[in-house]
Amino acid sequence: MNLGSAHLTALTPMLLVSATIVIVMLAIAFKRRHRGNATLAVFGLNLALLTSLGMLYIGHEAITVTPLFVVDGYALFYTALILVATLATATLSYAYLEGFKGEREEMYLLLCLSALGGVTLACAQHFASLFIGLELLSVPLYAMIAYPVKSRRPLEGGLKYLVLSAVASAFMLFGIALMYSQVGSLLFLDVGAYFAGSASPIAVVGGAMLLIGLAFKLSLVPFHMWTPDVYEGAPAPVANYLATASKVAVFAVLTRYFVEAGGYYQISLVKVLSWLAFLSIILGNVLAVRQNNVKRMLAYSSIAHFGYCMVALIAGGPLAVEAVGAYLLTYVVTSLGTFGVVTLTSSPMGERDADAIYDYRGLFWRRPYLASILTAMLLSLAGIPLTAGFIGKFYAITAGVDAHLWWLLGALVVGSAIGLYYYLRLMVSLFLRDPSNRQFNAPLDWAQRTGGIMTLLAMLLMLAIGIYPQPFIHLLQLASLTLPG
Amino acid sequence: MILLWLILIPFIGGLLAWQGERWVGRGFPRWVALATMLLSLGISVWLWCVGDFSLQSVGGMPHWTVEYQVPWIPRFGISLHLAMDGLGLLMVVLTNFLGVVAVTCSWREIERNVGFFHLNLLWNLGGVVGIFLAIDLFLFFFFWEMMLVPMYFLIALWGHNAPGGKGRVYAANKFFIFTQASGLVMLLAILGLVVVHYQQTGVITFDYMDLLKTQMAPQVEMLLMLGFFVAFAVKMPTVPLHSWLPDAHSQAPTAGSVDLAGILLKTAAYGVLRFGLPIFPNASAQFAPVAMWLGVAGILYGAFMCFSQTDIKRLIAYSSVSHMGFVLIGLYAGTPQALQGVVVQMIAHGLSAGALFVLCGEIYERLHTRDMRQMGGLWSRFPYLPPIAMFFAMAALGMPGLGNFVGEFLILVGSWSVAPLITVLAASGLVLSAVYSLILVQRAFHGPSPKDAEPLKDLGKRELCMMGVLMVLLLALGLYPQTVLDTSASAMDQVHSIYSAAQALAGEAP
Repeated sequence: MNLGSAHLTALTPMLLVSATIVIVMLAIAFKRRHRGNATLAVFGLNLALLTSLGMLYIGHEAITVTPLFVVDGYALFYTALILVATLATATLSYAYLEGFKGEREEMYLLLCLSALGGVTLACAQHFASLFIGLELLSVPLYAMIAYPVKSRRPLEGGLKYLVLSAVASAFMLFGIALMYSQVGSLLFLDVGAYFAGSASPIAVVGGAMLLIGLAFKLSLVPFHMWTPDVYEGAPAPVANYLATASKVAVFAVLTRYFVEAGGYYQISLVKVLSWLAFLSIILGNVLAVRQNNVKRMLAYSSIAHFGYCMVALIAGGPLAVEAVGAYLLTYVVTSLGTFGVVTLTSSPMGERDADAIYDYRGLFWRRPYLASILTAMLLSLAGIPLTAGFIGKFYAITAGVDAHLWWLLGALVVGSAIGLYYYLRLMVSLFLRDPSNRQFNAPLDWAQRTGGIMTLLAMLLMLAIGIYPQPFIHLLQLASLTLPG
Repeated sequence: MILLWLILIPFIGGLLAWQGERWVGRGFPRWVALATMLLSLGISVWLWCVGDFSLQSVGGMPHWTVEYQVPWIPRFGISLHLAMDGLGLLMVVLTNFLGVVAVTCSWREIERNVGFFHLNLLWNLGGVVGIFLAIDLFLFFFFWEMMLVPMYFLIALWGHNAPGGKGRVYAANKFFIFTQASGLVMLLAILGLVVVHYQQTGVITFDYMDLLKTQMAPQVEMLLMLGFFVAFAVKMPTVPLHSWLPDAHSQAPTAGSVDLAGILLKTAAYGVLRFGLPIFPNASAQFAPVAMWLGVAGILYGAFMCFSQTDIKRLIAYSSVSHMGFVLIGLYAGTPQALQGVVVQMIAHGLSAGALFVLCGEIYERLHTRDMRQMGGLWSRFPYLPPIAMFFAMAALGMPGLGNFVGEFLILVGSWSVAPLITVLAASGLVLSAVYSLILVQRAFHGPSPKDAEPLKDLGKRELCMMGVLMVLLLALGLYPQTVLDTSASAMDQVHSIYSAAQALAGEAP
């Protein structure tokens, strides 16, 4: 198959990210300048983001580039979403690393590499590109989690993620091999056609192993053990990246796998998956209640949120892809704001991030804007109307009602009620007067201000989605996948 | 457009009050809030004067006096659809009036973060007005949940930590979780209704006027109706689901209590009138006996709980549970008299309970306790406050000539033909309410005063003025309720015409 100019145009966002990687790498080799390197990376990523959004709006028709990639509205939407999350992480890293004593520049290189993996996943329609994308996404993350290499906890988190992630990859690879042994092709569409007929048990076992690997990356219960530890250990911006870009990329490919590669035909697996969703919602929320550490709490809450998102996926039907997109969009915007505030109140100079709930006591009286943003974001995580989170939850519930998934919806309601409790606990502590009047403040400077502007933008976007969602729904409709048959 | 402004004015006023505190000064938010609520009240009263609310409904479809609609989320057929009929108008007037009262009564009580307090208060009121005007089910749910957040802050940040209670944050959390979780059940029911309608017609819409005509299988209708009922029962509150109310009341600031008792509880009854009965008439008619027995349980349980309270605010909170039991009975009795009685009772209870909570706040400001065991003999220490409190206690016990009597009487008369036994039991609640109201007056105001008691500062001009207006309104409602009854008549007729047909089917119509 020849690569024509149409194919190359379609790949522009991916090529731009790759070019950014090379340029940032060369720039670091040439001269270490934190600000310069960060600006370069952000510039390149922005360019990629703008092209992908532009292509999405123009209504780019689906182009298959080699059997590995397809660039359609769906791929472009998730590319844009991943790039937005990456950009936010870059901005936050800049604020976070300003005071870091050590080499700061490689963070942006690793970040761009990982983003490339995410973009690959968004375009993947072949098991080979799925696997390459997933590894490209994860491997830089090991280094990013353990970036403050002299501290104990990040190192521990990085190592944990490395080992468990490798196990999950092995599972997945074996699953892919089993499916290949039956289907004889790695292309999603061929696998889908195979499962539409009668599938052999070996192929179903392969599908199950693939799901285990993906469920690990999405930290669905019972594959969630690593999540709280890694979130707690990782620097706050990296935790942000883990919660948003990396999960969104995996969910994007999971959805495409379901729609195109016949995931919905494997009834038994869908049933198992709905149990995973059920457990994730209940356990994620219940375990979050007991946490006194904000990052651990957010880790458990993200487990629950992906449970909600699974409800939309399991529902299937015409609304599923749109609902998943809506949920992920609102979740990303909200998480960016939440982790943004956590990052901005932390500083790597201290021995730990500002992650205990009492660090946030009375934040409203010291940093009113940050606290207001965090309040709005927590309400959005809880899914209160006027915020984006509500639109996401609304979509998930609509999809669930449409498919009559009553017991999953029951779990969703109960889970939301439990979730409220711990979101409110953090929220109200922002407003309580701090009796000891302890200060836990990162200094205010330019780097902090860019981070602040980023979180402010996240909040405005979040409110915009919550109040007038129609333009975003239009975007989601451009990013639809059609169910075969 | 005027309806949109009714909602927007409090929101804008709230933002002004919040930001104004920083630039102008501490007193500024109060004046802004007062001006905002007076403006809203003025607009709603003006609508009452110029609007014609006597238009009869045709074929069970409500007839709106004022209507406003713009598309909002066309993807799901959701529009910003506001409309007002007699029922909505009365509720909006009540809300805005009690809003003025709430702003006035917190004039001196709130000293911390005045701007942020008024932001929350006004947003809460704006959200409630939205509930009363929204005719799109998505929009209705939107406001239903949205106005919880400011209320949460009112309780959690400006509440009291009453001794013996579990603290204001606990109370606020309980309130929020109860109402939010039940709200989600309602969301499930709303979506279920939309899906059923979609399967029949192929049109996705959340519009009330379209969904009103949805035909459902009996089982489905019952399930969806129960989804709505759970949300309304929590807010009302109906007995097994009421436990958040006394906690919330005892910890809330005065303005929060006025808001809760006067307005928030009414949203539930309004929801049943507007959505529960007309959309699910058959299921409601089948469910009516259960609901009415729950109402009786609420009346008796609330009244008995009143006896054992020592906290004056908890006592009034439980009396609200008791009074809302009457409302529940009247709603499901469904006769024109009972439905009209419900409207009057809602207004009268809003006024009398609101006034009692204001008085509690005044007493607390002076004595720094709400424990009735430490009061006693207040009659000799205040010239004005005790008789005024006595007046509202009389109103609460249903003294003829005051609004509550009209409401309770109409409800009982209307329910007699449907469920005699229930009516008899409910009427015994009147006796109990007389007893606990008198106990309240006796314990707090009579008896010997403590030895070293000094005369206390009595109500100021602001408070006397507020109380005077409330008293005049209650008297007016009691002596000449016809104005209110005329306004709500056609809206109640519409509910009745739908519901009575279903009652006839269920075989328990008069």
